[in-house]
Amino acid sequence: MQFMLLFSRQGKLRLQKWYVPLSDKERKKISRDLVQTILARKPKMCSFLEWRDLKIVYKRYASLYFCCAVEDQDNELITLEIIHRYVELLDKYFGSVCELDIIFNFEKAYFILDEFLLGGEAQETSKKNVLKAIEQADLLQEEAEGRV
Amino acid sequence: MALKIVKGSIDRMFDKNLQDLVRGIRNHKDDEAKYISTCIDEIKQELKQDNIAVKANAVCKLTYLQMLGYDVSWAAFNIVEVMSSSKFTYKRIGYLAASQCFHESTDVIMLTTNQIRKDLSSPNQYDTGVALTGLSCFVTPDLARDLANDIMTLMSHTKPYIRKKAVLIMYKVFLKYPESLRPAFPRLKEKLEDPDPGVQSAAVNVICELARRNPKNYLSLAPLFFKLMTSSTNNWVLIKIIKLFGALTPLEPRLGKKLIEPLTNLIHSTSAMSLLYECVNTVILCVQKLRILIEDSDQNLKYLGLLAMSKILKTHPKSVQSHKDLILQCLDDKDESIRLRALDLLYGMVSKKNLMEIVKKLMLHVDKAEGTTYRDELLTKIIDICSQSNYQYITNFEWYISILVELTRLEGTRHGHLIASQMLDVAIRVKAIRAFAVAQMATLLDNAHLLTGNTQRNGICEVLYAAAWICGEFSEHLENPAQTLEAMLRPKVATLPGHIQAVYVQNTAKLFATILKSQEGNADGTTSEETTQLMIDRLPLFVQSANLEVQERASCILQLVKYIQKLQQKDVEVAEEVSALFAGELNPVAPKAQKKVPVPEGLDLDAWINEPPSESESEDEQPKAIFTKEEPKHSRPRHTEVDEKELAKRREARKQEQANNPFYIKASPSSQKVYQDAPGVEHIPVVQIDLSVPLKVPGLPMSDQYVKLEEERRQKERAEKKKKEKKKRKEKRSGRGKKHDSGPESEEDITPAHMVDIVTEEMPENALPSDEDDKDPNDPHKALDIDLDKPLADSEKLPVRSHRAAEALKSPVEDAEAENAGPQESKKKSSKDKKEKKKDKDRKVDAGNLITSTDLLHLVSLTDGFLFFVCDIQGNLQDGSQVVVSVIFENKCSSFLKSMEFNVLDSLNSKLQRPEGSGPHDGLTVPFQLPPGVSNEARFVFTVQSIVMPQKLKGTLTFIVKNEDSSTHEKLDFKLHFTCTSYLITTPCYSDAFAKLLESGDLKSSSIRLEGVNMPFHHLLARICFHHHFSVVERIDSCASMYSRSIQGHHVCLLVKTSAQTVSIDAKCDEPTLLGNVLDEIKQTFSQC
Repeated sequence: MQFMLLFSRQGKLRLQKWYVPLSDKERKKISRDLVQTILARKPKMCSFLEWRDLKIVYKRYASLYFCCAVEDQDNELITLEIIHRYVELLDKYFGSVCELDIIFNFEKAYFILDEFLLGGEAQETSKKNVLKAIEQADLLQEEAEGRV
Repeated sequence: MALKIVKGSIDRMFDKNLQDLVRGIRNHKDDEAKYISTCIDEIKQELKQDNIAVKANAVCKLTYLQMLGYDVSWAAFNIVEVMSSSKFTYKRIGYLAASQCFHESTDVIMLTTNQIRKDLSSPNQYDTGVALTGLSCFVTPDLARDLANDIMTLMSHTKPYIRKKAVLIMYKVFLKYPESLRPAFPRLKEKLEDPDPGVQSAAVNVICELARRNPKNYLSLAPLFFKLMTSSTNNWVLIKIIKLFGALTPLEPRLGKKLIEPLTNLIHSTSAMSLLYECVNTVILCVQKLRILIEDSDQNLKYLGLLAMSKILKTHPKSVQSHKDLILQCLDDKDESIRLRALDLLYGMVSKKNLMEIVKKLMLHVDKAEGTTYRDELLTKIIDICSQSNYQYITNFEWYISILVELTRLEGTRHGHLIASQMLDVAIRVKAIRAFAVAQMATLLDNAHLLTGNTQRNGICEVLYAAAWICGEFSEHLENPAQTLEAMLRPKVATLPGHIQAVYVQNTAKLFATILKSQEGNADGTTSEETTQLMIDRLPLFVQSANLEVQERASCILQLVKYIQKLQQKDVEVAEEVSALFAGELNPVAPKAQKKVPVPEGLDLDAWINEPPSESESEDEQPKAIFTKEEPKHSRPRHTEVDEKELAKRREARKQEQANNPFYIKASPSSQKVYQDAPGVEHIPVVQIDLSVPLKVPGLPMSDQYVKLEEERRQKERAEKKKKEKKKRKEKRSGRGKKHDSGPESEEDITPAHMVDIVTEEMPENALPSDEDDKDPNDPHKALDIDLDKPLADSEKLPVRSHRAAEALKSPVEDAEAENAGPQESKKKSSKDKKEKKKDKDRKVDAGNLITSTDLLHLVSLTDGFLFFVCDIQGNLQDGSQVVVSVIFENKCSSFLKSMEFNVLDSLNSKLQRPEGSGPHDGLTVPFQLPPGVSNEARFVFTVQSIVMPQKLKGTLTFIVKNEDSSTHEKLDFKLHFTCTSYLITTPCYSDAFAKLLESGDLKSSSIRLEGVNMPFHHLLARICFHHHFSVVERIDSCASMYSRSIQGHHVCLLVKTSAQTVSIDAKCDEPTLLGNVLDEIKQTFSQC
């Protein structure tokens, strides 16, 4: 996977994760392009589109769009499953997650993503393990804060 | 100090945290930019404070702002500061910020190497995890090189959590530093059988990614993967494995057969659509199953079904063709993505029989299509479909020309170029069609105003370029050349783009010549004279053109015509001479032809034609030597380097030129795509035009008529054939029964409407048509095409620890690396030691003679090279009284090493931490065994009371060497050297804070001078940074301030100055003994060079 974007129906970026090194300028251009293209699509259309030499897989959950860019040979359906899994993880962690959760705890959303995907590849397929790792890291953080 | 901290936390209460910031932004919707700029000012203030909590909070807010699109690159250094915090909470934030904001050109990345290395070896697995995660986002080739070995070690970490991450990140490391692939691969392979499923799936992931790019190197893994595929139940893993097999099967056909069974099982048993899709994709036999996907109401499945179909099409076109109905249906889908996929499929489905029908359908879509993009896509597809395989499927070129002419009615398209090139191609190469083409083009020219509309910035006017050229070049076919000539000289032409005008002007001359020739016999010369007058009247318009090309051609031709007029007035016959100007047929030349011309014997392309320019000659003078510039490819490499960019530029220019040159013909449909991307086309702005008025070019035949005509023609043919057959049958009535009934006509039955002779492009004799240079040399995966089965050479081993800065600066002094070179270097030493050892009968030598002044030491085994170990001493950030010694053990012999025990004789000051309940002299068991050739790392924690003095600790390592028949007990003595440097921790410091520190007056000073240091200043600094854990605070010319901190919080400040070969270091520290020792160690480092 090359990158993942989360954005709202209004086109506001909520999360971005880049697994390929690009300059800020390119990143901005890409996200602007994609957000526009995807928002213009109708709900009944399929979740895939070809864009430059990449395949874009996106899915809408409530007011948020989750959008991933994968390479030509990658499997689109598994990418959809990755998106879904991530949403499930967020849901479990925040307890029926909503857009505001992600806005206000955006660093947590990143931490969860980082435990689930690494360098653009799924690193942990077990939901339980991902959440366990996050909880323990949080615990460590709370302890440290407690000590302060 | 304490007061400062309290004050810091009080300040903090008034700071905005992230939630406040987000809330604030939401509350200031109207003046967001203004609000954020005040926030950024606040953040800048916060970053200046010493309190790390405040800094971390600020960095967290910056990360949020970065996502909103604000530039935060100025805070890169602060991010590094937060990354190096010892508290996990802040470290986590720091790494997150780094992974979001850093990219390859961020220069502070090179400061992070040591920090990351430290975090990777942290005893806390979450520190390591955070570092690995961050690294995966911003790893650079330098980081990859320096950290490859550390990450490789982590692949054998005791915690699966770390192993999993380390395995995955190795893929990124391979991409950035391909040399690491071979040394790391055995361990990666090992991980395929890791007991933890997460690690296993990570390893499968990485190997699959590697293998699908360069499958041939991974064939030997097939059995292992086969086993995994039949045993695994994890869909994620299965998908990757199947993908891998998809890449391997073309190389090893036997695999295909073996795979059929497990794959069919999966297809029948799995409920996961994604897995099914992957299987189907790989097997490519299940077209029927795909039909189900396409017929599904779920748009996603429909799309994927079409996509898979197009893959099957390449290998089994027949099986797809039977689904034409379904695919044509998809053309009507509401979803553009699906329509485009269906279009792709159509490309491969056409035959002579159905081409007209399909194109007719597409033309209908062109009329209906709303978006320009989709319409353009349709247009290119129509042209692709028709022109594929050298017009293989076109039976009637008149029909094709009229399709092209119809396409010119599409206003606002970007592909005028494409249509033009098709017109030229067909007219030049299909001789039989020229008369028809010329007639059509003449009509086009006559109605040019319809094409250009009211704007000249319309892509479609490119077609006029082709039309003008065709009418000029083949003007002998024109029915009414005078009328065409008039059309080409209309004042409106001057509004066309320059390159088109130029063609117009040139071709009027050709027309003129034709007219003169045809009128020659006529006694009455008025027509000729009228034409001449027309030329003289109209050409001046072009002479005034701002376009140089147009102007030049026009004035040239104008003079010529004026001269002809004079001759005409004298009744001289000129036609012959004028047409001689344009005599001769121009034949199409293949684009690769030039390259294929064989080099004549006796011609040495590498030899200089002129004397090479002398060394001293400057760049600017080079063009004088024309030939060396003309053929940079053949000149010496030195010049090639210089000209690489220039070459690329010229190649581009040449492509552009070829694109516009009718004599260059695109070899295959694939190259047409390249053409479409040619920059020239993109520059033409697309103008939306109201299409409500149907634009019908009067007098043009409609392609539909051809479809009907063609149908009639074919029927007639069929009827005739039947008649013939009947006759035959009549003749043979008494003979055998019915011969085949000519029901549905087969492909071969269709004869072309015209005798068509498609001229192939010219190629030099004995040139072989080939496409070998189609691979992209810039593909990053190409570097990973590495043979993995060859045994590892010593020179390939990963550097255990290398000096980032020194290497990046291409240090001319090699000794910096000598200490860092790891295995190779130590091996040399080991052989040296062996010699020494022979003298020593008890086989024990103090290995301390190898101890360097740095914290890095290599201890080489003295027991016949059984064991080799490297250790690295680092202060523990979390605890000021702890030092962690990491030891990498590597088994260098062919026997099994086990029961290793590590023991150190404690001193009053430094003690090895032993598990509770063990005595002060007990050794620690190393928690692993070493099979031959394997290395592993163990960490030992020491408690240190005072860190102001360096210390040496004696230690022994005992172990059992086990052979097949015997086992011996061996012992190795060593010394651990705790230098004062090893208690220092690289800590970045702000220049403000640094100045404050110096002003405070609490610090004692001391200084040293180093004589005869013969190295550039930046090397010197890099060396101090690397060996002694300092960071540069500021550098001005040949003077720099540096900072470091001990694990117990002592500040060490240096001011380094250099003049000639003398370096003076003034140092300040709150602990004079520590300072003295650190300075001594620095001195020693430089005395060794």
